[in-house]
Amino acid sequence: MSVQELEKIFQGKVDQEIKIEPKDWMPDAYRKTLVRQISQHAHSEIVGMLPEGNWISRAPSLKRKAILLAKVQDEAGHGLYLYSAVETLGTPRNQTIEDLHSGKAKYSSIFNYPTLTWADIGAIGWLVDGAAILNQVMLCRTSYGPYARAMVRICKEESFHQRQGFEILLVLSKGTPEQKAMCQDAINRWWWPSLMMFGPKDGESTHSDQSMTWKIKRKSNDELRQQFVDMIVEQAKILNVTLPDPALQWNAAKGHYDFGEIDWVEFWNVVKGNGPCNKERLEARRKAWDEGAWVRDAAAAFAEKRAARQAQQVA
Amino acid sequence: MNIRLTKYYYGDIPEENTGGGAGTVTVKDVAGWPLWEVFIRSKQGLDHKHVGSLQAADAQMAIENARDVYTRRSEGISIWVVESKHIHASNPDDAGAFYEPANDKVYRHPTFYDLPEELKHM
Ligand SMILES: [Fe+2]
Ligand SMILES: [Fe+2]
Repeated sequence: MSVQELEKIFQGKVDQEIKIEPKDWMPDAYRKTLVRQISQHAHSEIVGMLPEGNWISRAPSLKRKAILLAKVQDEAGHGLYLYSAVETLGTPRNQTIEDLHSGKAKYSSIFNYPTLTWADIGAIGWLVDGAAILNQVMLCRTSYGPYARAMVRICKEESFHQRQGFEILLVLSKGTPEQKAMCQDAINRWWWPSLMMFGPKDGESTHSDQSMTWKIKRKSNDELRQQFVDMIVEQAKILNVTLPDPALQWNAAKGHYDFGEIDWVEFWNVVKGNGPCNKERLEARRKAWDEGAWVRDAAAAFAEKRAARQAQQVA
Repeated sequence: MNIRLTKYYYGDIPEENTGGGAGTVTVKDVAGWPLWEVFIRSKQGLDHKHVGSLQAADAQMAIENARDVYTRRSEGISIWVVESKHIHASNPDDAGAFYEPANDKVYRHPTFYDLPEELKHM
């Protein structure tokens, strides 16, 4: 069969909402796009543990510590589901991890911002996980089977992440003046980076875009971003906080909130490695990898020993 | 003038070596740990169902890791793991011809049989 015929069959399946599975024929560019996107997503889950990990030992109570630990553990699991999905596309795990450590692969820029106070943990759960969930809910219907299935599992686990974050802020918002100020300050710092999570503005050709045609994505960056703004503005009222955007206002004609322009210079700066914590984050990942080498070696040696012992018992 | 519009989606920023201080990196082989497929029985009386995969040095480690990764919210009461290389699969490209013999045997389905209405419990 010619490539053109194979491509026609492939696109036919996608159009009919039939999921593409690892052994199915797929265009090289589809595979490449998936590898890049899913591995970025995986790296985001893994690097995303670092800003929150900073507060595990500093959480204000045992309860908060246990909750944060459980959340961060979930994120590690999300990373694994996604690395496994990349593996089904024929890219070895080591390659994926190496691309992160060398700085070649990207991860969500949001994790290059520091977590300065306890309220930041609330703001991350509410805004950052909130933004991620909108993207991930959309991806539950992505055309590649293993990616879609990983997303379904992730979405189930994510639902507590946003709620625990909101609850942290809710408690602070009802606290002392200092606590209220801390809550507002965290929201002020995390609001714009959260909007940036949805990526650059849509170009003109959104719906003719390849990722849309392949149904890897089903909503554009701006659609998701608008959905996020509409959701958060309403929730912010319950917290009695303001969002740091004077242009934010209800547009009755559109049925959506209008909001101000994102600082795209900052966005591209952070993407290109010049954010407040880019270097620190990658250093931490490389260090964890290097210092974990003895654990991997020991596990392999132990497995070998155990196999030898079992073989002996059988003999 | 030729303007090329490049569009990036959420979570899909193009790769280049500027991610945060690129340096020389050595990622050693993960000691060649094999890949395992994980199957979980969610409750007594149900089949084990494929839930995903993971890397582990041996079967016991695979089961322990599967417990930590796939059953953190009591999703299972029993775990099977099998090394991925031991799984043999039918070829999706042959699916048409492979399952074709089932298509013309409509008499395998109960709806094939036209029976009188007054016949009960059948
Ligand atoms: Fe996650
Ligand atoms: Fe999360």
